[in-house]
Amino acid sequence: MRARVLIRPKAGILDPQGEAVQRALPALGFEGVENVHVGRLVELDVQDPGQLESMCEKLLANPLVEDYEIVLASG
Amino acid sequence: MRFGVLRFPGTCDEVDALHAARRVGDAELLWHGERDLKGVDAIVVPGGFSYGDYLRAGAIARFSPVMESVIAFAHDGGLVLGICNGFQVLCEAQLLPGALLPNTNLRFTFRQVDLEVVEADTAFTCACGQSGVSSSTDVGESCQPILSIPAKHSWGRYYADEPTLAAMTESGQVVLRYALGQNFNGSIEDIAGVRNEQGNVFGLMPHPEHAVDELTGSTDGLCIFASMRLAVEGARV
Repeated sequence: MRARVLIRPKAGILDPQGEAVQRALPALGFEGVENVHVGRLVELDVQDPGQLESMCEKLLANPLVEDYEIVLASG
Repeated sequence: MRFGVLRFPGTCDEVDALHAARRVGDAELLWHGERDLKGVDAIVVPGGFSYGDYLRAGAIARFSPVMESVIAFAHDGGLVLGICNGFQVLCEAQLLPGALLPNTNLRFTFRQVDLEVVEADTAFTCACGQSGVSSSTDVGESCQPILSIPAKHSWGRYYADEPTLAAMTESGQVVLRYALGQNFNGSIEDIAGVRNEQGNVFGLMPHPEHAVDELTGSTDGLCIFASMRLAVEGARV
């Protein structure tokens, strides 16, 4: 099964990349943009999606500083 | 006293680490794919970009065969020093508390930094500030030794959550802080180096192995290696 893991900085932890992007957008004329965060996307085919959570905890994310979200492809 | 210096694919500071360790004892390289630590007395996890820093700095190196042995060695009380990428590896391995995040300036930064030795009575700092070990080590206004050591990294912003920081401060685990105005990477509470609760694992972002010869401007880094030798040989007596 195809899965996507979205990994982003935990709320409250300074995200300088997100801040840099947020500052850059108005310079290009895009107004009204807030709360920009930059994270990582891991896409993978897995036989047992039940293992994804454990994969995230052990390797794909660092739970101390990152939140992760597992999205399974529908159909 | 024999140091084992790890080498992962992408490590680049292992030769300087060997050179520094050999100023105070013997040293040899240990390859990431081997589990045998060859009976060394202490481990140095050096700087660089292990496994290309893919995913997160240190995330993949932490699961290498040699690290299985290093984790067991640390749990048995063996001395483990992590420098820069090595610090990141030790945090990923949960041998040290906290994590390293991208510098707030989002840049790879290379500069000489002054470090305050907050805890001078550790296995990694007990020789710092002693005469004869390092000729240029100053003693700061608060009588804590100050080390002048280069730092070079883009992922060096130390972070730990509030309860962890409180516990670390309480138990003397914050060993080094950037001196006033020197915290270029945005580390929380100016933290530059931390140890584990047991005191046998220590990591820092700046590079003591690059400050062991007057030729490069400072010999202050030598006291970290000299401290480890003192700790190992003191324990034998």
